[in-house]
Amino acid sequence: MSQEQPTTSAQDEFLKGIWKQNPVFVQALGMCPVLAVTNTAGNALAMGLATAFVLLMSNIVVSSLRSFIPRQARIVTFIMIIATFVTIVDYLIQAISLELQRALGAFISLIVVNCLILGRAEAFASKNGVGRSALDALGMGAGFVIALLCLGGVREILGAGSLFGMALLGDRFQPWLVMSLPPGGFFALAGWLLLFNWRAQVRAGKETAQAQEAPS
Amino acid sequence: MNTDSLGPIFLNACLVNNFVLAYFLGICPFLGVTGRVGSAVRMGGAVTFVMAVNSICACGIQALLTFIDAPYLKLISFIAVIASTVQVVEMFIRRVSPALFRTLGIFLPLITTNCAILGEALFQTNKGYSFTQSLVYALGAGAGFTLALALMAGLREKLELSRTPEAVKGAALTMILAGLLSICFMGFAGIGN
Repeated sequence: MSQEQPTTSAQDEFLKGIWKQNPVFVQALGMCPVLAVTNTAGNALAMGLATAFVLLMSNIVVSSLRSFIPRQARIVTFIMIIATFVTIVDYLIQAISLELQRALGAFISLIVVNCLILGRAEAFASKNGVGRSALDALGMGAGFVIALLCLGGVREILGAGSLFGMALLGDRFQPWLVMSLPPGGFFALAGWLLLFNWRAQVRAGKETAQAQEAPS
Repeated sequence: MNTDSLGPIFLNACLVNNFVLAYFLGICPFLGVTGRVGSAVRMGGAVTFVMAVNSICACGIQALLTFIDAPYLKLISFIAVIASTVQVVEMFIRRVSPALFRTLGIFLPLITTNCAILGEALFQTNKGYSFTQSLVYALGAGAGFTLALALMAGLREKLELSRTPEAVKGAALTMILAGLLSICFMGFAGIGN
């Protein structure tokens, strides 16, 4: 990973997770919760924050223990560390709001197998210092939250005509029920990916046009 | 204790609440290894097998954890068991059938981080299934997973030959396909209840 050399500034370390290496839209990591619990913006935010918290804590612990973890047993160790924090989050959410816990269901427990967290532990935290790993986790976590909110927002607005539970589009809006059901998750993500593809295409088109103009 | 009979449990896990298309579990292999029908079916077979073995283990762990009254260890012990099951299954297949091992080869380690396996173990304990019910549930979930992967791979093979707009190619097209498949599977709602 060439972008992850220690030469990058702290700011870049944080920003890369939000934009250039966005975990959902660019790297396509951790897709299961992205699709499953984004039927409303509120659920999406809660899930994003829970994942970001686990990511931050596990990155910090992994990077501070990185010289003690034997190489052969590293994946198992990482998963154990992650599972510990997920259990903490699960009980924390139960204590805060039982309703939220019911809405997210088993997907809180399933943060354990979110490849984003294991991926960051393996690719970044096991090779870098504590401060840098924390920054990386914060950036990736923020990118993940933003991506979930993008999806959850679109799905809630189209599927229920509201955002964070507040009615937005008025009474005459006929909700697109399909957007709050499972297929809507796939369609919303497809829509965002199409948007990004289209933007990349327009930009590439402009660049070739400029390149053709320049010599003449 | 849950008293559902076995037939509805199987249908429910396989079609009505298909793990991939209704619960969004195991999306990574669903997007990753559905390029060819052959590899999709083999991946489905491997997942089904691990799921069934793991379901048996999960039953034992659940009984043990209830016995020592330590429910907070559930997640950690489940994931540890899954990782070791995958390892054992890998060694077993390598010894018994090298040919099968070569075809499954790369897929086996990937199964550890497949959320469908952990999800199945969590759902069966949440629903309070008995040993037989759990096993049937695991087999149904595996069959549904294989079905979804095979359908997706078939569609993608066909689409390779057709002309698609430049912007749609790649992940976006797969997502649209998955959405349409998911709508189709919603038609099964109500069966087996």
